[in-house]
Amino acid sequence: MGHRTYASIPFFDGMQHIELLSQYLVAGITYGTIYAVVAIGFNIIYNATGIINFAQGEFVMLGGMTAVMLHTLLPLPLAILGAVIITMTVGALIEIVFIRWLTSPAVLRLTIITIGIAILIREIALALWGTGVKALPYFTGTAVTVISIGDVHISPQVLWVISISAVMVVILHFFFTYTLLGRQMRACASNRDAARLCGISAKNMVTLSFVLSAGIGALAGCVVSPITYVQYDSGTSLAIKGFTVAILGGLGNSMAAIAAGLILGILESFSIWVMPTAYKDVIAISILLLILFVRPSGIFGNVEASRLKEF
Amino acid sequence: MARNKYLRIAIFTACVIAIQIITSFAGKTPYLTQLTMAGYYSLVIIGLTLLMGYTGQISLGHAGFFAIGGYLSAFLTTYNLIPYKDKLVVTWLAKTGALVMRQDLYGRDILAVQPWAACIAAVLVTIAIAYVIGRPVLKLKGHYLAMATLGFGTIVYKIVLGTGLLGAADGLSDIPGFRLIPGLEVSGKAALRIQNYYIAWGLVILGVTLLTNLIHSRVGRALRSIHGAEDAANAMGVNTSQYKQNIFILSAVFAAVGGVFLTHFNGGIGPSEASIMKSVRYVAIIAIGGMANLWGALSMGTVLNFLSLRGYFGSYDDAVFGFILVVIMLLAPEGLLRTDLFRDIRKRFQHKPSQEEQSP
Amino acid sequence: MCMCMVGAAPGLAEDTIKIGAILGVTGPASFLGAPEAKTLEMLTDEINKKGGIKGLKIELIIKDSGASPEKAISFAKQLIEEDKVFAIIGPSTSGETMKIKGIAEESKMILISCAATEAIVNPVAKYVFKSPQNDSYAAIRIFEQMQTMGILKIGVLSSNTGFGKAGKEQIEKLAPQYGIQIVANEVYDKEATDLTAVVTKLKAAQVQAFINWSIEPAQAIVIKNARQIGLAVPIFQSHGFGNIQYVKAAGPAAEGVIFPAGRLLVVDTLPKDNQQKAVLVQYKKDYESRFKEDASTFGGHAYDAFMILVKAIEKVGPDKEKVRETIENMQGFIGTGGIFNFSPQDHNGLDINSFEMLTVKDGKFAVLAKQATKKKK
Repeated sequence: MGHRTYASIPFFDGMQHIELLSQYLVAGITYGTIYAVVAIGFNIIYNATGIINFAQGEFVMLGGMTAVMLHTLLPLPLAILGAVIITMTVGALIEIVFIRWLTSPAVLRLTIITIGIAILIREIALALWGTGVKALPYFTGTAVTVISIGDVHISPQVLWVISISAVMVVILHFFFTYTLLGRQMRACASNRDAARLCGISAKNMVTLSFVLSAGIGALAGCVVSPITYVQYDSGTSLAIKGFTVAILGGLGNSMAAIAAGLILGILESFSIWVMPTAYKDVIAISILLLILFVRPSGIFGNVEASRLKEF
Repeated sequence: MARNKYLRIAIFTACVIAIQIITSFAGKTPYLTQLTMAGYYSLVIIGLTLLMGYTGQISLGHAGFFAIGGYLSAFLTTYNLIPYKDKLVVTWLAKTGALVMRQDLYGRDILAVQPWAACIAAVLVTIAIAYVIGRPVLKLKGHYLAMATLGFGTIVYKIVLGTGLLGAADGLSDIPGFRLIPGLEVSGKAALRIQNYYIAWGLVILGVTLLTNLIHSRVGRALRSIHGAEDAANAMGVNTSQYKQNIFILSAVFAAVGGVFLTHFNGGIGPSEASIMKSVRYVAIIAIGGMANLWGALSMGTVLNFLSLRGYFGSYDDAVFGFILVVIMLLAPEGLLRTDLFRDIRKRFQHKPSQEEQSP
Repeated sequence: MCMCMVGAAPGLAEDTIKIGAILGVTGPASFLGAPEAKTLEMLTDEINKKGGIKGLKIELIIKDSGASPEKAISFAKQLIEEDKVFAIIGPSTSGETMKIKGIAEESKMILISCAATEAIVNPVAKYVFKSPQNDSYAAIRIFEQMQTMGILKIGVLSSNTGFGKAGKEQIEKLAPQYGIQIVANEVYDKEATDLTAVVTKLKAAQVQAFINWSIEPAQAIVIKNARQIGLAVPIFQSHGFGNIQYVKAAGPAAEGVIFPAGRLLVVDTLPKDNQQKAVLVQYKKDYESRFKEDASTFGGHAYDAFMILVKAIEKVGPDKEKVRETIENMQGFIGTGGIFNFSPQDHNGLDINSFEMLTVKDGKFAVLAKQATKKKK
């Protein structure tokens, strides 16, 4: 019984429970961070306008696809920068062309418009780039480089995703708390009329919110594309997961969105451990429905404040 | 007034008949296939108009109910019970006449539920699901309602996509025809085409009549009060949540019946019928027809579905509906088929309070 | 070559012959439908340039069903009754094909499907054929390879598409026959963007190898994640891996992956006397020069379906019944997927040798070197 088959490589003598747990945890954090970033994009627009922008997922897709296209001409950092700027411009255009000139429209109607916009963006992407999958190269290393702690392995790209997302969140927080522009946006969000009385142009704030969301989405799309690839229709499922997380955390609350994203990602990851993977998404959505039925203001949301928000 | 409401239905019926006669004359009888399919989709439209137009509740997941109806009847009529012939449940079912032994396309014996029983079962299950879902969903408003219905539709889609018994990604095929009464069968056979056209549109006419009666009754007035000002209605003693729930269930049943019949007509069903894009398409049709404008929605829906099913939109099928959604919601949220449409659009472009810039 | 044949025979009008195609050019099956549609267009143009089939120019009608069965049904009826095509190529997916199999048979319309599921030709319907190899052959080749490698415990991953489901079924059915035990069996969503948790489950189950059956980007994601978490076992993929863009996408993770595929992928390394070589070289050259993208075995399915039809028409003329019979009895047709030998009981015509076991070496496809079977003590 001494011949060497693949079974006798010591590697396979079982993973420690803790390491297994950690690997699932790492996987969960990976998914969760991606969801959280999309959710933050939702929240920014929601805070400024009350709209849920279904095209948020498309911003992520556009960021990734444009970066790949630019990368054939420019070095990686410039390609990403270019993609972010282009997507931000698209975001601004969307706001100006579709949202801006509507006079006091029903917020739900605007949300439906964003659904239509998302579809259009997707079809345009199809016409431009076809159905192929694309990805940026790994920022550091290759597809198989990993950083290993014991038997737990994590790809450096995941660390990029987490760190870039963290930096984005910190910058946003700084922006909204300490800069004049950011404070103006927050003022607009809480009381548009009062803000206008103070001379803040509500319309420009709205455009800015779209630009910011588009930029965040695009950057996320770039940094995530080596792991997940992008295709013309990548945006849709991301959007659904993204606003699931946004609602979970409480619409408008970006800090909570991060926590909610991580929670959802980890829950999904552990669900794979115990259930057939085929129903993984059913879990995410069931959680969403549960939250909506029981506590629509989200896990961390303020029940009173959400009741006051007008629709 | 009583004559008026039925006048429209009569005109509609006349149109339905006229279209059939014209297509036969012009030798374009095959067009009836897509028209029949469009007819079954129209059943969903009717239900959705009731829900969205008259009670103001948006549903981004109605294709889910269509799929529940379709898949249940498909599954029940094709799942072979011969291996379970001796189980108690099966023998009891056989006694009640719910089962039928038939031969499938390849001459093999199948013992399965007969279509009528399957249809009734599908509708009952739909009612149950709509009842359970409806209660909590309808308490939500605005975005949250949209999100919840979207979630429901997505769950149905993922379930039919992930379940082997329901054919997973391939869906179910070889669905037998549905004999309504001796002489009338819902099936895709070329010889029965004209018959099936009338069955489909007959159902639609029935649905429209039901809707019209509902709207002009006490229930209808209650609905309009809910749509207009729910709190006021509540204060007046109208049990708004009960009404909303019942309408939700009714609209679900409409969709499910459409699903059952189309499945038998097509001879099969796939997960694409439950997809979110399908639900969005229904909403786009309601939007372009006019939220509470049944005739608008029906006519636009028929035209759009007809063209889509014939491949006129090519690879950009979804783009057309996305485009419609955007343009209609922007310019004509009350729908296209109104006489004061142009005046309204002009007003929209002229009316600009405290503008900082002109729109391009 | 009678120019006065007008309206009498279906699919013919003056000097054209109409051929219909229902393909999933966009949507969830675009990996199949897009190259299939391109291939058909390319072939039609080529043949028409040379004067058509028996002097008849081909009028190709492609309908994009987006992998929607209800559209496939509607288009099938349209093509049969209104366009009155001579034959239909496609659909791209098994689900759609099963929905229109009955319609084609009833209307006596020749249908050559580009989908692989065995149920399309089993039970045999007189007018329905298929050009791709059986999934079971792919599974058998994989299992035979596993036997030579002494692998007994495996994991199976598949996507929730028709393609994935078909493979999974064959694997589950055939594994016991080769003494192979499936200790982990997971179906994932085709849109999954990260499968680390799923491969972790495999690692926990201590598989000696695993098979992945999908055609979406998930193919590349799975092998990347597996290598990342240190799952160093042999990885087998389906023939869906046969597109170099997945190898490029997965980078070094693709090294050593083993999969069965048509010989199109390794055409350059085929010996000169290989029967398929000429056809493959020609197809690859034409496709890549025209469309500026790598040729895939999926486009090859459309090539085979179309050329089989064309060959039959060239032999007996545009007579549907005769053409059907000719196809049914065609022997030794050299296609991209293999060498076809049809019979009234076999409407697919390919056997297990149509698959070659390939692997990835230095970022390129290569034929897998044969190993001696490891004998158990």
